[in-house]
Amino acid sequence: MGDYRILNSRAVRVDAADKATGRAVYIDDMKRPGMLYGAILQSPVSHGLIKKLDTSKAEALPGVVCVVTAADAGSTRFGVSPARYDETVFAIDRVRYVGEEIAAVAAVDQETAIKALSLIELEIEPLSLVLDMETAMKQDAPGLFDEYPGNITAEVSQEFGKLDEARAQADRTYSDFLLSKMQDPAFMEPQGCIAEMDSHSNLTLYTSTQSTHYVQRTIAMVLGIPLGKVRVVKPYVGGGFGPKAAASNLELATCVMAIKAGRPVKCTFSREQVFLRSRGRHQFLHDMEIGVKNDGTLVFLDHRAVLDGGAYSSFGIATIYYAGSLLGAPYRLPAMRYHAVRVCTNKPACGAQRGHGGVIARALFESMLDGIAEDLGMDPIEMRLKNVMSTGEETCNALNMSSLGMRECLEAVRDQSGWKEKRNRTGKNRGIGASCGFFVSGAGYPIYRSKTWHSTVTVQLAEVGGSAIVRSGSAEIGQGSDTVLAMIAAEELGIELTDVRVLSGDTDFSVDLGAYSSRQTLMMGHAVKMAAIDARNQVADVLSEVLDIPADRFVFSGGFVELEKGEIDFSKIREEFVREHKGFTDHPEGDRLTFREASRLAFIKKGTIVGTGKYKPPPLGGKFKGAAVGTSPAYGCSAQIAEVDIDTDTGLVTTENVTASHDCGFAINRTQVEGQIQGNFVMGFGEACFEEVKFDETGRTVNSNLAEYKIPTTMDMPEIKPIIVESNEPNGPYGAKEVGEGGIMPTIPAIMNAVYNATGIRFRELPLNPERVRGAIRLKESGRDVTFEKDEYCRRVIKLLSGRKS
Amino acid sequence: MKHILKLKVNGREYEKAVSPRRTLVEFLREDLELTGTKQGCGVGECGTCTVHLDGKPVNSCLMLALEAEGKEITTIEGLQDGAELHPVQKAFIEKGAVQCGFCSPGMILSSKALLEKNPHPSVTEIRSALAGNLCRCTGYQKIIEAVLAAAEDGEGADGGQRRKEKV
Repeated sequence: MGDYRILNSRAVRVDAADKATGRAVYIDDMKRPGMLYGAILQSPVSHGLIKKLDTSKAEALPGVVCVVTAADAGSTRFGVSPARYDETVFAIDRVRYVGEEIAAVAAVDQETAIKALSLIELEIEPLSLVLDMETAMKQDAPGLFDEYPGNITAEVSQEFGKLDEARAQADRTYSDFLLSKMQDPAFMEPQGCIAEMDSHSNLTLYTSTQSTHYVQRTIAMVLGIPLGKVRVVKPYVGGGFGPKAAASNLELATCVMAIKAGRPVKCTFSREQVFLRSRGRHQFLHDMEIGVKNDGTLVFLDHRAVLDGGAYSSFGIATIYYAGSLLGAPYRLPAMRYHAVRVCTNKPACGAQRGHGGVIARALFESMLDGIAEDLGMDPIEMRLKNVMSTGEETCNALNMSSLGMRECLEAVRDQSGWKEKRNRTGKNRGIGASCGFFVSGAGYPIYRSKTWHSTVTVQLAEVGGSAIVRSGSAEIGQGSDTVLAMIAAEELGIELTDVRVLSGDTDFSVDLGAYSSRQTLMMGHAVKMAAIDARNQVADVLSEVLDIPADRFVFSGGFVELEKGEIDFSKIREEFVREHKGFTDHPEGDRLTFREASRLAFIKKGTIVGTGKYKPPPLGGKFKGAAVGTSPAYGCSAQIAEVDIDTDTGLVTTENVTASHDCGFAINRTQVEGQIQGNFVMGFGEACFEEVKFDETGRTVNSNLAEYKIPTTMDMPEIKPIIVESNEPNGPYGAKEVGEGGIMPTIPAIMNAVYNATGIRFRELPLNPERVRGAIRLKESGRDVTFEKDEYCRRVIKLLSGRKS
Repeated sequence: MKHILKLKVNGREYEKAVSPRRTLVEFLREDLELTGTKQGCGVGECGTCTVHLDGKPVNSCLMLALEAEGKEITTIEGLQDGAELHPVQKAFIEKGAVQCGFCSPGMILSSKALLEKNPHPSVTEIRSALAGNLCRCTGYQKIIEAVLAAAEDGEGADGGQRRKEKV
């Protein structure tokens, strides 16, 4: 890794000052002249046929400008994956979950819009409910869609290596299952958007999104507007974590209102609506059989899974593949078989959430490894070290480990946590556990089949000289991508970070697929590097011509252009610069040619200097069905050790002294990498210990608020020691790869393993909330078998899945 | 029917007609265009709407605007002294305590309130003071480090005092 002036530092985020002073503008801070306020009528029932929808009274309410329904929005279907487009802007004839969009009202103010909703006459004839995996999979189950027989929205059956042969090689086999619960992203900023159309029928949507690009395409496709006439702009976004990565009914409905009203319309979600829409983490049931040699060598994984997808497909087709494919690493696994279904139910749709698809599969796998190590009398970290892959290896499902600092991550947490001493000391009520994690660094392919570039960008040098503007469609959602891109541009142009302005999140600037699958640093990073070098080279070419020095001899650094050896006679350049700035008081001084003079000269000679950059991954992965999901130009990996303290009276699990390492390839910004490691752990801790979206028997979300859906607070979070491992990824810019999502992968199993270490109980149901933990401890204390409420249910669901196979 | 509300916000006197149903956060954001104060839940659970009411942190979504009659409000926009940022703001920026930024204004105001009351808080005291401000991005650690840093250089508390006297 090279010597850098700006990269690998702890540079202050470019957006931090605006955010700390309240200047940063988020969607709900925006207003447009003549703007109306929208409100959406959502289904009050989980499943039913719309028998009556009469909006006339709402339309007659003074202050209402328009009411829109499916009659305005049309019946074009959309979704995330083109193979599973199953949603319409507004429900047509049928609703499938509480919260499904039926109509929308635009009015002069919010109050009037909400009042108008209550005047819409809606009658729904109830249909039988499907609220869980088992009901959905039963032979005589009511169906949600004609096109998903048996309520199966996706089914995956894969085998890598030869499982039956591998099975014969195993000395021992182990089986277990794990049931998780649906979870909510709980980003702090509810979704919102503003749509407006100009007099040339150009539609602009300002929206709280993770991907302006996919939203632009979806709007054009669904509303039948030419793509070139749709512009999507992302202001600052208050967190996304996955669910904001797909185009939403809210965005489309707001566009429909703005078009019909002929005025800008703003529509925002309440916190309850965030929960009702969801698109968060699926409920997963995983069932695994793992075969090993007596020395701890992994031989095979036979894996089954059922995903409760809620009412629509959303990202689900990717989720189900990720849930299998990401277990191909970081351990050498000669054979892996995976059979899974994703069912639809009358609940909010689930989609992508941080660590997409892989989190609960990883939790069961790593918790089983912990148990296997114990059974074999091995230290769980040593057993993992025995199996980890190294840089250059390929998994049985054709994922290429172009860099993999897994061993370094594990050794770092082992050595810096006091693992060995603590492991011996832990006993009643205190425990310590370890786990590894693994994740993609950008999806290998776009969501729709295309040869599109994944990231394009321009770096324009200011015509006045001295500074640069980076323009792209990339999505700063809090993860820090704007800062990373500014740092890369500043490094390559040899100027200060404060002399780079990043304008992002606008489809008018460039194509970028957005902030999902941990792709911004690697993909847009490559593109910005290329664009900045292009701009720099154009300046060097002009200097070369003027000064008669070969272009490759110029060095751009610290705001100056110099030669590695020798001096430049730039007196004429300076003279000219000073002459055209008569009256200015900030003339360049000193005996070095400034970037300001050099870039100004380039403009004078050539016009505006714009460097362009682009990136798309090379063709990746195997030829099997579903091979695209899980491919990535690079993979991040991580290891975590967590200590827990359990209050046996209340069942409360407290997590303490976390040591967390992550191989991010190369840390462009060290502070930000640490921030991602810490943020990942705390989110995973909430998911492990208390987060659960709950439903009543009618399918209504009962804890759709942040008081009853608890996320970690300052009182819950453990102290986390972040350790950065840098394996120098050959496919990443400067060696960099992901940290945004991979860091959550080891968290749940590390906590589960620590809880086992403390209690001797392996939980087969999540979250590890006080009620569940206390119940299990009581059973164990009374000498009975530790069982969980859903054990039999899980076995029945697994049986239903196995039945499909024959 | 609207009522006349007189109050001081960030040192400036306002007299405005407001609906009795308007919450304080709506009043600040909509009527005064002080959009630095955020609204993440509207029911007092997330703390993103934290402002100071006579020096004490409150959830401005849980108060009606009219309840602030005659009071002094400080929002995130009122923390800096000219171009000079408040020490807590500086510490948040420098320590990497800001990610998506949606919780930052409320988090900074809760921290400032703590340091004014307790210039040298322990980590436990900081955790307790910020327990009502949710953050989904940072894992809180760098936020706590920022509050410690603001307290350590001594400016946290004193800076706050000085401003209080000035208002």
